[in-house]
Amino acid sequence: MSVTDTKSTELPIYSAKDFTSDQDVRWCPGCGDYAVLSAVRKALPSMGKKKEDFVFVSGIGCSSRFPYYMATYGVHSIHGRGLAVATGVKCANPELEVCVVAGDGDLLSIGGNHTIHTMRRNVDLTILLLNNKIYGLTKGQYSPTSETGKISPTSPAGSIDYPINPIAVAVATGCTFIARSLDVDMKGLDTIFKRAMAHRGTSFVEVYQDCNIFNHKAWFYASQKETMYETTVKLEHGKPLVFGNDRDKGIIFNCGSPKVVTIGEDGITESDLIVHDETDRFLANMYAQMAHPEFPEPMGILYADPSKPTYDQLLYQQLDDAKKDAKKKGGRPDLQSLVTGNESWEVR
Amino acid sequence: MTSDQASETPETTLDSVVIRFCGDSGDGMQLTGGQFADTSALFGNDFATFPDFPAEIRAPKGTTFGVSGFQVHFSSEHIYTPGDRVNAMVAMNPAGFKVNIGDVEPGGIVIVNEDEFTKGNLAKCGYIDGYNPLDDEEINNKYHLVRVPMSRLTKESLADSGMGAKDINRCRNMFALGIVYWLYERPIEQTKAYLTEKFAQKKGLPEVAKINIRALEAGYYFGETAEVFPARYRVPPAKQEKGTYRQISGNEATVLGLVTAAQKADKSIVYASYPITPASSVMHGLAHLKRFGIKTIQSEDEIAAICTAIGASFAGDLAVTGTSGPGLALKGEAMGLALMLELPLVIVNVQRAGPATGLPTKTEQADLLQAMYGRHCESPLIIVAPRSPSDCFNMAIEAVRLAVEFMTPVIYLSDGYIANGAEPWKVPNVGDIPDIDVVHPTQEDFAEHEFLPYARNPETLARPWAIPGTPGLEHRVGSLEKDAETGNVSYDADNHDMMVRLRAEKVERAAQSIPLLEVDGDPSGDVLVLGWGGTYGSITTAVHQVRANGHAVSSAHLQYLNPFPSNTEEVLRSFKKIVIPEINLGQLSMLIRSKFLIETIGINIVKGQPFRVDTLVERITEVLEQ
Repeated sequence: MSVTDTKSTELPIYSAKDFTSDQDVRWCPGCGDYAVLSAVRKALPSMGKKKEDFVFVSGIGCSSRFPYYMATYGVHSIHGRGLAVATGVKCANPELEVCVVAGDGDLLSIGGNHTIHTMRRNVDLTILLLNNKIYGLTKGQYSPTSETGKISPTSPAGSIDYPINPIAVAVATGCTFIARSLDVDMKGLDTIFKRAMAHRGTSFVEVYQDCNIFNHKAWFYASQKETMYETTVKLEHGKPLVFGNDRDKGIIFNCGSPKVVTIGEDGITESDLIVHDETDRFLANMYAQMAHPEFPEPMGILYADPSKPTYDQLLYQQLDDAKKDAKKKGGRPDLQSLVTGNESWEVR
Repeated sequence: MTSDQASETPETTLDSVVIRFCGDSGDGMQLTGGQFADTSALFGNDFATFPDFPAEIRAPKGTTFGVSGFQVHFSSEHIYTPGDRVNAMVAMNPAGFKVNIGDVEPGGIVIVNEDEFTKGNLAKCGYIDGYNPLDDEEINNKYHLVRVPMSRLTKESLADSGMGAKDINRCRNMFALGIVYWLYERPIEQTKAYLTEKFAQKKGLPEVAKINIRALEAGYYFGETAEVFPARYRVPPAKQEKGTYRQISGNEATVLGLVTAAQKADKSIVYASYPITPASSVMHGLAHLKRFGIKTIQSEDEIAAICTAIGASFAGDLAVTGTSGPGLALKGEAMGLALMLELPLVIVNVQRAGPATGLPTKTEQADLLQAMYGRHCESPLIIVAPRSPSDCFNMAIEAVRLAVEFMTPVIYLSDGYIANGAEPWKVPNVGDIPDIDVVHPTQEDFAEHEFLPYARNPETLARPWAIPGTPGLEHRVGSLEKDAETGNVSYDADNHDMMVRLRAEKVERAAQSIPLLEVDGDPSGDVLVLGWGGTYGSITTAVHQVRANGHAVSSAHLQYLNPFPSNTEEVLRSFKKIVIPEINLGQLSMLIRSKFLIETIGINIVKGQPFRVDTLVERITEVLEQ
């Protein structure tokens, strides 16, 4: 964008250190949150924005301590409400670059309503869901993304809840940017986070994050070299859906549904495979339903629609229109005539 | 309008009249009453209105729970309330008659649409088979009953209009209004202009405007020619201070107060709210004022609304959230957050009768203790309460001023009665209203010393309002306890104790920034009647009456409830007895007793209705004579 370009000429040259606060990070050693924090700090210097224009907002949970560790403006709010607070920040000053960092309990349980409605409104925010499928800060209870049967302090006989599908929620709400990444994939995180921040509208990034204390290895199927090429499929815009240790597998449409195939078998070639188009919302719906172990799980940018106007943009558009309209009718809006009203009378 | 016949009806001059319009919630009673009030205002009367309507938008037709009423008190004197004894009632159906007849004074005028008193309609509202109150001898002896076949007359007068039966039927309320205009010698021009604007200009339905105007005129002529009234009544204009006046309801005044405060602070407002009766019309009003930089956000729920307001406040807008009691309960945790973050925020609570859904369209003042204590842990907030519809303007400005000056949430306790009630208001010159000083620090302010987000103003204890986008002042605020010096997260025991006290002390210090409590009447005496919020009108009227009866009684009305004005104890100790009327079971009484160890005598009636003046007079007199 040209606006950013002209601004960037006067930008100080930042490093990750400029975005690092003086507070000691208090996550457990080995927590996946460290990697995300590091990736974000490294990504910010190249965003073309001034440091004072970033605001990190969170609710409550382990990952919600995030803002304290950033040397930007930040609000650590209350459980589940980060998105509602962030919406207020953005509406007060749409020039700000606002990022919400939240856990699965925060975003999908207690704050579920705000998640749905923030995405529906397309408020220009970036949401990082650090999904570890467990309640960490309260010591290991099952979360809304925990698998059925999860043994935890509150579910000693196994959880009887079915898990929520965060990507499916995002698709259902009309979220305009949907991506998925891994805490250990620094390169992927960097690319996705930058795209998410640059996107105008609600960007939702689900990060598979390991809680090495209460839910260790929950994502190992997707994060370990031994299995990840078989259990995930990396999406690249315009490229076919190929995966597998030998990159010999792919996804085709079979009567409208995705189907895993082996390239070279039954006459299947790469040209038969589904080609990823990040602007295709029907594909996004399909990706939302592709879950391990039946399918490889799509990683990367699942969906991006930059065309939908954002909430804050429309809000300010209406303000501008009203001001212009008032100007046409006779200059500055006059407080005295508003207070006096149209049906006043004189007592003499 | 003049006619030979009109001059034959004798005229009686009255000081004031209370009239109530009632009927089905679809009968247009709010509009009818509103028009009568507008016309009385332009005529020069002082007036007060009291709309009383059911929660159901269109309850089953003809039932008592679907009855909608609108009361207008108009006077040649200064008045404070919509009145309690009804002098004249217009009942559009038997249900309205049944619900309201008990409030009409003996000898009062009762105008009924007799066409609606059919067997079926009488049964619908629970009259026993074969009984029609209009034929009841006792009722005919007690009231001056005027039976008018309004449905038929409206239909006949519009028979040649070419309009359908439905449209014609809807004009009955204008026929009724026409009769009343004649009876009280009101001009009908204002309502004609209103109908033209509403139907012909705004909705593009000139033919609907036309039949409504014809029905209004037909009603007026009916009054003139039918000779069913023994007299016409005249209520001369009131002596009012010179100036420009308008009619205003409490919620309208709240809207204007908030906009004015924003302009005086040179700020935009973010008003985030979730629809709830009776607060919604504040958002409706603000939503039309985008040209003043007002951003209204209809949030997904009450919690989102206050949290969005908090985010907006952090980013430098004037943040307001609006609700009623149930919503205030939902906002509790977030109020604690705002208090912890020490950000300015106004929480408008238009109280209604409860708990739970309660009587959502009826009034109550039972959220005082919720406002004081309805949060987790030590979380004192500033509380203000407007005392009348027009006072909402002043107190909304005060709420914003205090929030900004002390960097704290302020709860603004209005109620359904003053929110919907209207009165004439001498329009202030907005130029005379002082500016609200807002300071956002910049890096230059900290050339010599470090910027600390929780460093306090030594007088107000307010912390600096540094906003995102300001270079060099990047900082984090959070819900965890903060170190008193640096604002960083602190789990230190002594520090927490100190912060709890600092936050309480800050609210206490607001007492230095609010006006003293004024006494109406002698500054000492036998009885002080102490009130707060929307009961001002009834209490003041009652105390004036008791005093006129020769008693040493004064009144005082709290518009600031936390902290109390600094002279409150002194005022209270100047009287032998303190009487506290409240539409709750004694919430202010409890606060006064616990704070000052002063005995209080409560007058507590919780019927979802404002106090009746005669009840207060009786109860205050009882105390005086004990």
